Amino acid sequence: MADGWSIGKHAFTSRLLVGTGKYPDFPTMQRALAASGAEVVTVAVRRLDLSKKGSESLLAWIPAGMTLLPNTAACFTAEEAIRTARLGRELEMGDLVKLEVIGDRRTLFPDVEGLVAAARVLAKEGFTVLPYTNDDPVTAKKLEDAGCAAVMPLGAPIGSGLGIRNPYNLRIIMETVKIPVLVDAGVGTASDAAVAMELGAVAVLMNTAIAEAKDPVLMAEAMRAGVEAGRKAFLAGRIPMKLHASASSPMTGLIGIGSSS
Amino acid sequence: MQVRLNGELREIPDGLTVGGLLAHLGVKAPRVAVEVNETVVTKDRYEAQKIGPGDSVEIVAFVGGG
Repeated sequence: MADGWSIGKHAFTSRLLVGTGKYPDFPTMQRALAASGAEVVTVAVRRLDLSKKGSESLLAWIPAGMTLLPNTAACFTAEEAIRTARLGRELEMGDLVKLEVIGDRRTLFPDVEGLVAAARVLAKEGFTVLPYTNDDPVTAKKLEDAGCAAVMPLGAPIGSGLGIRNPYNLRIIMETVKIPVLVDAGVGTASDAAVAMELGAVAVLMNTAIAEAKDPVLMAEAMRAGVEAGRKAFLAGRIPMKLHASASSPMTGLIGIGSSS
Repeated sequence: MQVRLNGELREIPDGLTVGGLLAHLGVKAPRVAVEVNETVVTKDRYEAQKIGPGDSVEIVAFVGGG
């Protein structure tokens, strides 16, 4: 049975979204992207290096048919993020944007005030806005009200690999908003991706965990499996946690126990 | 005339359009996006939009990112 999901007018099957940064080289990236099974890849918008004519284009190494999701990474104000999103749209001719407004260089935590302001402007301009945000339910609600198509709270700081640091807040965000919740950033290994999906995330977005693994292609396969396992476990409905044992084998009919006396 | 191109002051021929500037620089248009004075110039306006002295021009492309 198909288990698809959608953001705005875009429908997808894979629940793993991947980045294109930090790979050792383009051929490795290309194989990892294919192995991940992802349908959406993030890309950044940067000044063209005018001194390097004919330098290799990233786009040539992204497998055909993948949907590009331009980001506004490293923008520190709403204005910068809005300009970058508009340039990304001009490059891609699409409406998707991963909106980032960063508030702090060391942690790369979002500036949620700037984020909400930028989201409001871009949503009005017809963008399908996917904001990278804190694991804060109040901000998530404000982003929904601003017209975002989804919210993407962090599991942990970008590139940290610390995993899902606040599963309870993520659950509260999922209860709070009606738009899809994607976990973006912080995943370190496949079990982290599974945890995010078990919590009920619609999808998981990651870059460093795959790109900087010793074997990015194998890790991409692991992440794909982790996301799928977590999604199935979420749908299946896990058992409640209990303090004491509950035997899996019958406690009756055991040999060597006399019935005399 | 002098313009600010990707953050750096640069001398370019007078009267260039955006399309003319890209050709002058040897940039292939389909893979870039252009902003003049903080406003995006869409591809259909490359030949109409002239660049003036002191304009700030940004030429961007996609790079790897998360």
